[in-house]
Order: sequence, then structure tokens, then C-alpha cells
Amino acid sequence: MAGIADDLPGGPLAELALEPSPPAPYRWLRTAGWGFARVFSVLALAVAWEVAARSGAFTPYMLPALSAVLERIWNDLVQGELLLNTGVTLYRALTGFLIGAVAGIVLGMAISRNAIANWFFDPIISVGFPMPKIAFLPVVILWLGVYDVSKITMIAVEAIFPVVTATIIGIRGVERELLWSARNMGAGERELLWQVALPAALPQIITGLQVALPIALIVAIVTEMFMGGYGLGGAMNTASRFADSRGVFAGIVEIAVVGYALVKIGSLIRRRRLLWHQEAVAPSTV
Amino acid sequence: MGGGMKAALVRYLPLVLLALAWEVGARTGLVSTLALPPLSTVAAAWIELLKDGELITNGAASLWRAGAGLFLSIVIGAALGIVMAWWRPVNVLLSPLVEMFYPMPKSALIPVTVLWLGFGNGSKILLIFLGCMLPVTLGAFNGARSSEQALVWSARSMGANRLRMLWDVVVPSALPELLNGIRTALALSFILLVSSELIAAREGLGYLIGFLGASGTYDAMFAVVLTVALLGFVADRIYLVLMQRMLRWQA
Repeated sequence: MAGIADDLPGGPLAELALEPSPPAPYRWLRTAGWGFARVFSVLALAVAWEVAARSGAFTPYMLPALSAVLERIWNDLVQGELLLNTGVTLYRALTGFLIGAVAGIVLGMAISRNAIANWFFDPIISVGFPMPKIAFLPVVILWLGVYDVSKITMIAVEAIFPVVTATIIGIRGVERELLWSARNMGAGERELLWQVALPAALPQIITGLQVALPIALIVAIVTEMFMGGYGLGGAMNTASRFADSRGVFAGIVEIAVVGYALVKIGSLIRRRRLLWHQEAVAPSTV
Repeated sequence: MGGGMKAALVRYLPLVLLALAWEVGARTGLVSTLALPPLSTVAAAWIELLKDGELITNGAASLWRAGAGLFLSIVIGAALGIVMAWWRPVNVLLSPLVEMFYPMPKSALIPVTVLWLGFGNGSKILLIFLGCMLPVTLGAFNGARSSEQALVWSARSMGANRLRMLWDVVVPSALPELLNGIRTALALSFILLVSSELIAAREGLGYLIGFLGASGTYDAMFAVVLTVALLGFVADRIYLVLMQRMLRWQA
């Protein structure tokens, strides 16, 4: 019978690592070379943007120059708006993420330990996971209004699915020998769950959390764009309404930076938390 | 067959119970019908929408956008991923960019695609293409990289040339991860489609949801929301069947 394990869209994505195999004396040179190559393409993109914008091939409305966009971001920063909007967006995204994460782990544990919970929630999760839940946004607004509660609820609902699925897969994948030997040594069911199954499932659970975190940010931005007001998405909504294309591009850069930072922090936490585990570095960028 | 039916019924019984609870809760006034119209009313509204063609025209617009965007992202994304895995210089140049753009919340691109291409199909197709490309690229890249060296060597020793080998050895062994990446992209395409249509569109299912919600016809709004959710689910299941069929020869 098809289980939840079949329903996780896309596995964890491995890092875009370049395999290192240089002879020892030249290693520093090659490292420097890779470092340069990494910076090079990002710089080239930035230069291409600036040149394309200044060449006159595009109107400043279609493509404002990178320098103008950076100036705009600087102004937003100085006036304090950037910090306020970033703070509001992060508050919503992280609160929703935390609620979704805790609920997801608890629900996942319940489903893998309890037959009735499994019977009830398994179809709901396997039908609900592939659904575009963002379509329920107007319904959630109807029920909970246009302020933080509806946004955070929407984020939590989206974040819960990858975490539940990962928790179930993780606990199911715990080696039987581990459970047998723990039981042999006199561990009760409760200890078995908290001290054996859960720690052993941790790599999978963290992978689920790493999938949920960027989703939380995406949903935060969409809900803010839909409802307006404060937040990075709300600011972009305003900019686009007033045909302020510098503001739109500034928003893209700001959101990209926040997204990048969140993902990097996620993989950092993974490496810290899982030092003892062989999968510490396995799926890093998600 | 009868046993399978029964098993499926037992499995999906919780969903039936939820639907019943919805109907009973709304009928008995336990929840306000303004906040939650009874399921039967929603079903009637759905039939009404189907009859007057709203569901068909908007649904066709949405499916065309998702399909075209997804098609472009699969073709270009897969080619890019395999080329990156196969030619090192391309990898060196592009992987920093992929790494930089992958974590970016793609919904941030909604306003700019509208700014470039307006409220119509073009902006949605561009958004879905841009948003769905990188998961496909990463899937193809990881798959092609892990293609077994032994296979590559034996193909080379048998005199296969570079391009031939790419097609006969690397692409098939990249398939499982590539297909997984496409599955992520499929889910993402629906999310981007609905978000962009909710925010900036004049037709499509997402637009219809927003329009009906704003005009207070909640039974019809629920009908369209459920339709979109069901479409996303069915698309994923169909894809899963196709994927398993394509991978059958491997095992």
C-alpha cells in the first residue's frame, strides 16, 4: 500500500560541490582559483546588468541600473524602512515556521507510534501535500482577517507538511537492531521514542525543516503581496502599484538576500547539530 | 479487485468523515454558513460554474500557463543541469549563480514579470519557467554526476564518442534524480500559478478565486479553491504513475 514515504515531492538536494582531487603542492592555487571563479560569475552578472541597463536597450522602467537599485536599497536602509519590513516578514515567516515545525514533529511522532492517528492523518497528509495550499489563502482571510493571524496560519499550514513527512520517514527508517538492543537493555516505550528513535531520526527531521524554511518565506512574501501593508512583500506590492520599478527590483534583491541567509543558517545549524552523525553534511542547499 | 476497493475505502475514510463533518457542521449552524457554506451548496455552485463556462475558460487559461512554463523549465533546466555535470568549465561558471538563486523565494519575481510582460499569459509563463527551472537543473546535475563511472568507462572503452555517451549513458542514469526534480517543479508550478493569478491577473483559476471572494460569493469561491487543490493533487498522482513507468527498466 502506498504510504507517506512515496509522497515527498523531490528528495533532499545534494550540494553543488566540486570534487577536490588536486596534487598537494598546487592545492592552495586551485582553491584560490575556485574562489575566484565563484566570485567571477556573480560579478560578471552584476556588470552585465549595469551595462545592459545603461546601454539604452531597455528603458529604466523595464530595467533600472543595478547602481540605482543599490542606491534605493541604501536609502531604504538609512530611513529604517528596510529593517522594519525585513523584521516584520521574518517575524511572520519564523513564527509560522516554528508552529509548523513543532506541530509537524509532534504529529509525525503520533502517526508513527499510533495506529489510529496513522489511519486518520495518513490520507489527509498524502492528499494535502501535493495540493497548492496557497489557493486557500482567500478562505483563510475570510476566517481570520487580513492581519498577522491569517498570514502566520497560512505559513504554518504550508510548513507542516514537509516536517510531518520527514519525521515519519525518519522514525520508520530507524534501524531495528538499534530499537531491539535498546529494548533489551530495558528501555520503555517512552524512552525508546525520546532517546533512541527521535535522535536517530534527527537527520531526516532536519532535512524536512530545511525544506520547510524556504517555503515559509515564500508563503510569507505571497501573503504580504496579496494583502499589502508592512513587510518585504507588502513593500513590493506598493512599489508595483505605483509603477516604481526601482522599488520592485530593490525588493527582489532584498528578498533574495534574506532567502539566501536563511538557507545558509539552516545548513549551518544542520552541521552543528549533527556533528556526531555521518549525514551531517549530506543535503545542504535546499 | 473488490479487496482493493475496500482497502481504498478504509484508507480514504477519514476524508469522507471530514466532508461529512463539514456538511453537518454547516447545516446545523455549528459554524456560520457565511464562513463555511455547506459542501452540498459548494457542489451546486461548482456545477453552476461549469455550466456557464467560467470554470472551463479560466481553467484552460491556468493549465496552459502552468503547462507552457513547466515545459520550458524542464527542457532548458534539464539541458543546463546535464551540461553543467558534463563540462567542468560550465559548472565552474554557473554553479555559483545556481547556488545564489536557488534559495531565492521565487514569488518575489511576480511583480517584475508583470512589469515586463503585463497581466496576461506571458508574465505567468515566464514566472513559472524561472521558478521551476532550478529544481530541474539541480536534479539533472546531481543525477548526471552520480552516473556510474564504470558505465562511462566501459562505454568509452567500447569506443562510444562523447555525445553518444552523453545520450546513451549519462542521461539514462540521471533519470531518477531528474524525474524527482521535475516532481518538485510540478508542485512549485501550481503554487506559482495560483499566487501570481491571485495577485495580478485578469483570468485564470487564481483570479476567479480572488474575484469570487471579493464579491462575497463564497460557495463558488470554495468550489474553485477545491478544484485547484484537486488539480494539483491529480497532476502529482498522474506524474507519479508516469515516473514509475519510466523507471521500471532500472530497478
